[in-house]
Amino acid sequence: MRKGEIEKIEVDLLIEAIRKRYGYDFSNYARASVRRRIQKRLDDSGIKTISALQHEVLYDESAFNALLLDMSINVTEMFRDPSFFKALRTTVLPELGKKKVIRIWHAGCATGEEVYSMAIMLKELGLYDRARIYATDLNEVVLKRAKQGIFSADRMRNYTTNYQKAGGTGSFADYYLAKDGLVMMNKDLKKNMIFSDHNLVTDKSFGRMDLVICRNVLIYFNKQLQDSVIGLFADSLLDDGILCLGSKESLRFNKYGDSFSDLVKEEKIFRKKTGGTAG
Amino acid sequence: MKYEALVIGVSAGGLNALNVILPALPRDFPAPILIVQHVKPDSDDYLSRSLDAKCKVRVKEADEKEALLPGVVYIAPPNYHLLVEEDRTVSLTIDERVCYARPSVDVLFESAANVYYEQLVGLILTGANSDGSNGLRRVKELGGVALVQNPGTAESSMMPDSALKKVAVDRMVDLPKVASVLLELFGCVGKYGI
Repeated sequence: MRKGEIEKIEVDLLIEAIRKRYGYDFSNYARASVRRRIQKRLDDSGIKTISALQHEVLYDESAFNALLLDMSINVTEMFRDPSFFKALRTTVLPELGKKKVIRIWHAGCATGEEVYSMAIMLKELGLYDRARIYATDLNEVVLKRAKQGIFSADRMRNYTTNYQKAGGTGSFADYYLAKDGLVMMNKDLKKNMIFSDHNLVTDKSFGRMDLVICRNVLIYFNKQLQDSVIGLFADSLLDDGILCLGSKESLRFNKYGDSFSDLVKEEKIFRKKTGGTAG
Repeated sequence: MKYEALVIGVSAGGLNALNVILPALPRDFPAPILIVQHVKPDSDDYLSRSLDAKCKVRVKEADEKEALLPGVVYIAPPNYHLLVEEDRTVSLTIDERVCYARPSVDVLFESAANVYYEQLVGLILTGANSDGSNGLRRVKELGGVALVQNPGTAESSMMPDSALKKVAVDRMVDLPKVASVLLELFGCVGKYGI
């Protein structure tokens, strides 16, 4: 048997071991990137084979936690894709502003950069006090970081540009305090944020939302899991609720794609049709 | 040997190099071609559109979960890594940059090698970066064919040089001859193998 094929068996076994031992199910993640992440763990830890890593993961919870951190998608930035945030600001949020309470779910929020971006926009539109921002991720370590709202100062220049391109009306520097190479986001941005761990693979629908934001998460899933997650979002949204995906993600071939219509097509912003639930 | 796919990694000087190679390929090129060309994160799809206008093969930006077809050239979208899945579809990720690059040649080549094994041809072209060397090594390690543009014919020699240093390549090819070598390898001229 070829070396690559043996490694494939090892990957399958490791995923099965993680599922049985810790309850996290990565079997429907896009396999090519899972394999890369596992390879990264091998390179970083000096462990020689995936089988040896499996042994470590089974017997040592800290080895699993290290792998879990590598497995989750933690690359994010504030106002990533400024044109998307601009569309949110000009099209989506003013409409939601007519409601008494605006319930927003950031699914797979990672370290929270987009959650703070949302909070800033809500502030500037005078909608923050009526908003409840639910931010979830499967990884408690990154969730803790999101809650802290402490980011590296060297990213701020890029974020400031993004903020301006996204139509920000204030001064971005007013939203954080910089100290020792770090910035801490203002406390009043956090007031209506609720962080909790939620696994899109195994957990159920998350309340009746007006807006669900899940960008660049589905690309890591296979088709089957993409179907079930979009079904979960359809069930979690109110009629006419709004779903935002990443710029390369689409509902075109999704089982529940018919439950949604385009709202801002080029920014991957969709509206749930009346009665469009997965059932 | 029948090769199932071609992967190409290219950086600085790529527009010219691809404009020499791709228009020479026939419409019925018998394998999918996947390309990582380093571009700025906020680039548009000019590269794929301009190449598509000049080529007989179809050139497009790769879509998430798209099935790979022969005779089609898939270009990695700006700011996304491009990977090949077991079922011959592509996936995109926003993972960390590799060799300062997203999309990264290493990421494409390694994932394609894991799927196609010895039925893969990897080609490193001009570039001022060492991205692609590890990927080409993986292609070779799993039995595929490793091609590198002759650095002397490259606008930027660093990427091919780096690959030549790290990998025992099968062939070093002058830019004007790359297309004919590909046609020969993929049996477009009635021959198989090198």
